[in-house]
Amino acid sequence: MSEMRALYQEVILDHNKKPRNWGAIDGANRHAEGHNPLCGDHVKLTMNVAEGKIESIAFEGVGCAICKASASMMTGAVKGKPVEEADLLVEEFRGMATGSLDPEQSHLGRLKVFAGVRDLPSRVKCAILPWHTLHAALHSEESVSTEGASDPVPGE
Amino acid sequence: MRREDFPILDLMVHGKQLVYLDNAASSQMPQQVIDRLVHYQNFEHANIHRGVHYLSDMATTAYEGAREKVRKFLNAKESREIVFTKGTTEAINLVMHGYGRKFLKEGDEIILSGLEHHANIVPWQMLAQEKGIRIRVIPMNDDGELLQEEFAKLFNANTKLLALTHVSNALGTVNPVKEMIAHAHRMNVPVLIDGAQAAPHHRVDVQDLDCDFYAFSGHKMCGPTGIGILYGKAEFLEKMQPYQGGGDMILSVSFEKTEYNVIPYKFEAGTPPIAAAIGLGAAIDYLSEIGLDVIEAKEKELLDYATEKVKKLPYVRIIGTAKKKAAVLSFEIEGVHPHDVGTILDTEGVAIRTGHHCAQPVMQRFCVPATARASFAFYNTLEEVDKLVAAIEKVQEVFG
Repeated sequence: MSEMRALYQEVILDHNKKPRNWGAIDGANRHAEGHNPLCGDHVKLTMNVAEGKIESIAFEGVGCAICKASASMMTGAVKGKPVEEADLLVEEFRGMATGSLDPEQSHLGRLKVFAGVRDLPSRVKCAILPWHTLHAALHSEESVSTEGASDPVPGE
Repeated sequence: MRREDFPILDLMVHGKQLVYLDNAASSQMPQQVIDRLVHYQNFEHANIHRGVHYLSDMATTAYEGAREKVRKFLNAKESREIVFTKGTTEAINLVMHGYGRKFLKEGDEIILSGLEHHANIVPWQMLAQEKGIRIRVIPMNDDGELLQEEFAKLFNANTKLLALTHVSNALGTVNPVKEMIAHAHRMNVPVLIDGAQAAPHHRVDVQDLDCDFYAFSGHKMCGPTGIGILYGKAEFLEKMQPYQGGGDMILSVSFEKTEYNVIPYKFEAGTPPIAAAIGLGAAIDYLSEIGLDVIEAKEKELLDYATEKVKKLPYVRIIGTAKKKAAVLSFEIEGVHPHDVGTILDTEGVAIRTGHHCAQPVMQRFCVPATARASFAFYNTLEEVDKLVAAIEKVQEVFG
């Protein structure tokens, strides 16, 4: 039970139920879609970037609680931030989820609630998908898949 | 029932007693089969069909003995109708290459069902793309049963093959394959049956079914991975082209000409997984000793009990409610993604499969991205079903 609660914390369950920044931004200047073909997770991200800053961001899609909460909290964390800061968070989140980075040595703050996913290899992809998608949107790749070469966990 | 034969079932996971309900993905292996593998490696191993020495004879006898056990298990006419493959997937691919590529041509049609596993879809799609063949699909009703009237309407003069699953891996539906094979034969259409989910759970008699091909895997029936069976009527196997070239599948080779070996060896190029084949033979002995009828009855008891209990949970929807079902319980919990269900059940020690079960068309038919699937084997218990239900209640507690 304790292991389960470590991942399914109130904050994650809450973001799953009431995702923040839900929807699509009309006329967004950046967008990307992320897929996890294995479980059907699907994230659509739209945002407006101006003068190197993420001015607005929204997401929609279908997915498990981990994926949805991760996307929801991610949008909250990067909104209003310079692109370089978002890039750093993408790097750090990937590191935390795959166990290569101690979250205490990061700028992840509230996002540390996802640290428990590193003990569940089959769920790492769920948590990372929105971050992959953010990276793609910021760097003009239209769609990403967690089965891609950049994925730290080999595809099934 | 013989639970003590399965050492792995004593395992503790996440501090809980393992409840293994992922048998449709792969079953566990009894000590008898493990012992047979160890005995082979310790006392009988050499390459087969080659040396004149003692060990090669031992290995060949054990390997061919396993083929004979499979023949008997399926009630095939002759052991040369039994081809060892690495699994159901390879068996189907073998028929696609050996039969499909040789005899099917542009404009021909293949009938598949909406219940198929990707292993019985993708090879035929590859052939369809290569040759310009049309694939037609038998639809199903909301219970996951194939519509027999629609099935009959799919046949025409261009229909050249029916490839059909015996039991649906995603929903558990048992198809009336005998009647469907008879119908196809009336239309002069040969039939391949994917028996991966059927062979482990009830008696299969290929002569009674009259199927032209029957494919299944060892690891879903208490045997090792890496071994499977293609049964093919001798007249079909004879006229098919080899699937792979190499040693053991030839009679003579020169740079001008190669003469292929007789069936089944024509389809067994290279050194086969000898130990795995012998292990499959031991698994067949094990299942036969218990009795397939006993196994079927026990699994039906488990399924009925689980269905009854799960039905009482208002937030759970069972997907796949065919009148005739194998021991597979696919379900979704309102508002909870199956992967979250799977993770929470896992922390309770309950192992189930979550995902699309390599049957995405089935998921699309029921408008779900994935399901949670509990699948039972004869060594499961009613207490384990209770633990499954308690774990489902825990999911609701967390997400509710």
